[in-house]
Amino acid sequence: MPKPKLAVYWAASCGGCDIAILDIEDKILAVADFFDLCLWPCAADFKYADVRAMDDKSITLTLFNGAIRNSENYEIARLLRGKSVVLAAFGSCATEGGIPGLANLTGKEAILDYVYIKSPSTVNPDKIYPQPRCKVPEGEIYIPEMWNTVRALHQVIDVDYIIPGCPPQSDQIAAVVGAVIDILSTGKPLPPKGTVLGASEKSCCDECPRKRDVKKITKFRRPFEGPTDPDICLMEQGLVCLGPATRSGCGAKCVSAGMPCRGCYSLPANVRDQGAKMVSALASVVDSTDPTEIDRIIATIPDPVGTFYRFSLAESFLRRKQA
Amino acid sequence: MIKVTIDGRDIEVKEETTILNAARELGIKIPTLCYSEFLEPYAVCRICLCEVVRGKRSRLVTACNYPLRDASVSILTNSARVRNLRKLNLELLLAQAPAAKIVQDLAAEYGVTKTRFPIKNPDEKCILCGLCVQVCENLVGAGAIGFSSRGSKREVSTPWGVEPETCILCGACAHFCPTGHIVMTEEADERILHSELTLGPNAAISIPFRQAIPNVPRIDVEHCIHFKTGGCELCSKVCPKDCIDYQMKDEIEDIDVGAIVVATGFQDFDPTPLKQYGYGKYANVLSSIEFEQMNNAASPTGGAIVLENGEEPRSVAILHCIGSRDENNHKYCSRVCCMYALKFAHLIKEKTTAEVYQLYIDMRAFGKGYEEFYHRLLEEGVNVIRGKGAEIAPIGGKFGEEGLLVRCEDTLISKFREIPVDMVVLCTALEARDDSADLARKLNISKGADGWFIEAHPKLAPVSTTTDGVFLAGVCQGPKDIPDAVAQGTAAAGQAMKLMTVGELFLDAAYAAITDEICSGCRICNGLCPYNAISFLEDKKVSEVNAAMCKACGTCAAACPSGAITARHFTDDQIYAQIEAIFA
Repeated sequence: MPKPKLAVYWAASCGGCDIAILDIEDKILAVADFFDLCLWPCAADFKYADVRAMDDKSITLTLFNGAIRNSENYEIARLLRGKSVVLAAFGSCATEGGIPGLANLTGKEAILDYVYIKSPSTVNPDKIYPQPRCKVPEGEIYIPEMWNTVRALHQVIDVDYIIPGCPPQSDQIAAVVGAVIDILSTGKPLPPKGTVLGASEKSCCDECPRKRDVKKITKFRRPFEGPTDPDICLMEQGLVCLGPATRSGCGAKCVSAGMPCRGCYSLPANVRDQGAKMVSALASVVDSTDPTEIDRIIATIPDPVGTFYRFSLAESFLRRKQA
Repeated sequence: MIKVTIDGRDIEVKEETTILNAARELGIKIPTLCYSEFLEPYAVCRICLCEVVRGKRSRLVTACNYPLRDASVSILTNSARVRNLRKLNLELLLAQAPAAKIVQDLAAEYGVTKTRFPIKNPDEKCILCGLCVQVCENLVGAGAIGFSSRGSKREVSTPWGVEPETCILCGACAHFCPTGHIVMTEEADERILHSELTLGPNAAISIPFRQAIPNVPRIDVEHCIHFKTGGCELCSKVCPKDCIDYQMKDEIEDIDVGAIVVATGFQDFDPTPLKQYGYGKYANVLSSIEFEQMNNAASPTGGAIVLENGEEPRSVAILHCIGSRDENNHKYCSRVCCMYALKFAHLIKEKTTAEVYQLYIDMRAFGKGYEEFYHRLLEEGVNVIRGKGAEIAPIGGKFGEEGLLVRCEDTLISKFREIPVDMVVLCTALEARDDSADLARKLNISKGADGWFIEAHPKLAPVSTTTDGVFLAGVCQGPKDIPDAVAQGTAAAGQAMKLMTVGELFLDAAYAAITDEICSGCRICNGLCPYNAISFLEDKKVSEVNAAMCKACGTCAAACPSGAITARHFTDDQIYAQIEAIFA
């Protein structure tokens, strides 16, 4: 019997998710043993043509990381969806748009304009922009077309499972992969579609070792503005910590180290918009009844969209800046 | 018990009873100067001299301290011998204290008009009875005064004649002084404001006001001599029922109750900031409550309506809507002023011959019988001017310095008017108490923008609040007159009774619930609940909503960052379904 096939793909991503997979250390050998790797651009040289040539549903598991930013991302997402039995959005970018999703605060033209014309390090007197099609002596060549809007994977194709995190923690990846191998080798039923793997139902606070009390915030501050008490809830110390509006599963690594949660483990089960929830929660604990004072306190939060929607802008209610 | 004869009349008294007390029981008057029933008799004025006759022997004793011990004596309180000796004593006292009225009067009673003895000081009033010294030492316990020098130089003074540190300024010495030699004087010329006058007695032990419930006296610890020196205790000496307890302390008691009726009333609007009315500047500009106090039969004026100089006013202006119906102060109508202003006019008409001017915006005589009362007042000759009083100024000049000028616009004749009056009564607004916010927070009830507590529903639940078991009665919910306040109070009591009779509560099905499996105990919701329904369970590290206290306001559900709190019957799914239905 042939080995089940595994594909790992990166769309608009930084490569951190691929590194995280390699970070499962010796368990990678078990993966290599059990699966027949058919696509992993980050690790080995596979050709799209080979994948296209495969039968539909011939890939048992696809771990897809990265957001959908251009036509190539979209094309491969659709290709892998067709070829895969199980396709999981892997990491924040695939799950909810991630950091690339913040590009939705501007648009394609503004981005190209900045990168190819306005950025201080650019010298481009002829204002040459990259073109999707280009005639060269050898014929016409193509590059993928950049989209105006960054999308999460589930916004363009059907996704079976979600493995959140930026990146997903290696121990969680190892556990998920172990569970998949177990299911495939024993014939156990798969978890229901849409299940979030490698994370729990509770919020990051559940794993946070800090002591929590009733919150009354009179000033927000940023981590560089002086040391924090190692034992007390960071939010009570005025840091914008997205922990309460973020799933647990990461092991509360950032908050344990004194850095407020950035919200990468995606939104909790009952929440539809992580940023809006967090804004609502924080607004509730601002300790003042005077409108001017409240405005002053709120103004101490820098970059609210980048703070509250750092990973989730693309799939939030906001989605993008309106034209 | 022993039987004695006083002036030929028999009386049975306890052994050791003094002649003075036995005689008083018979109604026989023996004059005294240095005697006080609260002090050990000092027998120094010698005015109470009596003759004790035992068989054929008779001797002179002082009645105040001579104890009756055997039955074989008869007492003569007014014999020729006694009268002669009293006369001599009175002559001596007249020489010592020629200015003492009580000595003069007593001497006159005995036909003594002159003294044969040399008068040292014609203005002297002190008879050196020592009552003051004894009071200060033994009763008050201050020991601030005493006798100094001896013989003809003997006098009552403070140690070395300087102001004694031990004096507590209680005035007991002046109170006990029989001749008026000791008087209390005020050093600083401080003016007593109308609002500082209190109704009824203001001793250190008194019933605070006539209608007080319970109607029992209480000790004003700040002014009571006993609490300054540990002495006095006069009140306990005179109380026949032994009710006075100096050990009682203020106590804060926790009382478990099933229902609370809030009836904290209002406070009077302070018209001082409205400079145009000159309240606090002109002595005869009074607030309505001060005028009401003056009219009380127990007031300092005995209920008479008088000006500051004690004269009856010739004309009085009553200004409505001071602080009410006023964009700069309270926009609401205080509802009671029109009618009490009419009552004031009636009282003035009844008690004085003064002209009365009512300056009103609208005459709101809305209650039962009110309109009729208004018409009766019109028939009594009260001048009503439709127009709010604009300014009060002194008249000055030929009309006299005391008079006041009320400026207003009479809107019915479209004329500006200046009305000379002697007295102005300002009908000040009722306003919510300064501390009502504290109470609102304690009881989890709401306050409106105007400061009054808010009822659960203006028409359907006028005495309930948003907190179950807390009811409103009277002006704390909004200005109302006595019939309305009584009606509301009765309704509130009824609502409270209803709760208590049933003994159990029915809760609304809509309340917030926390899903333990999702809650991570971030505690963001903990400080938010306006009804204190959320608590944090330390053992389970999750927060919990007490469904009985929850009012389903949704504050916590909106704030919960992890979506662990569900506002039952207003879940996200339900709201999204509604939104979808709207746009479908």
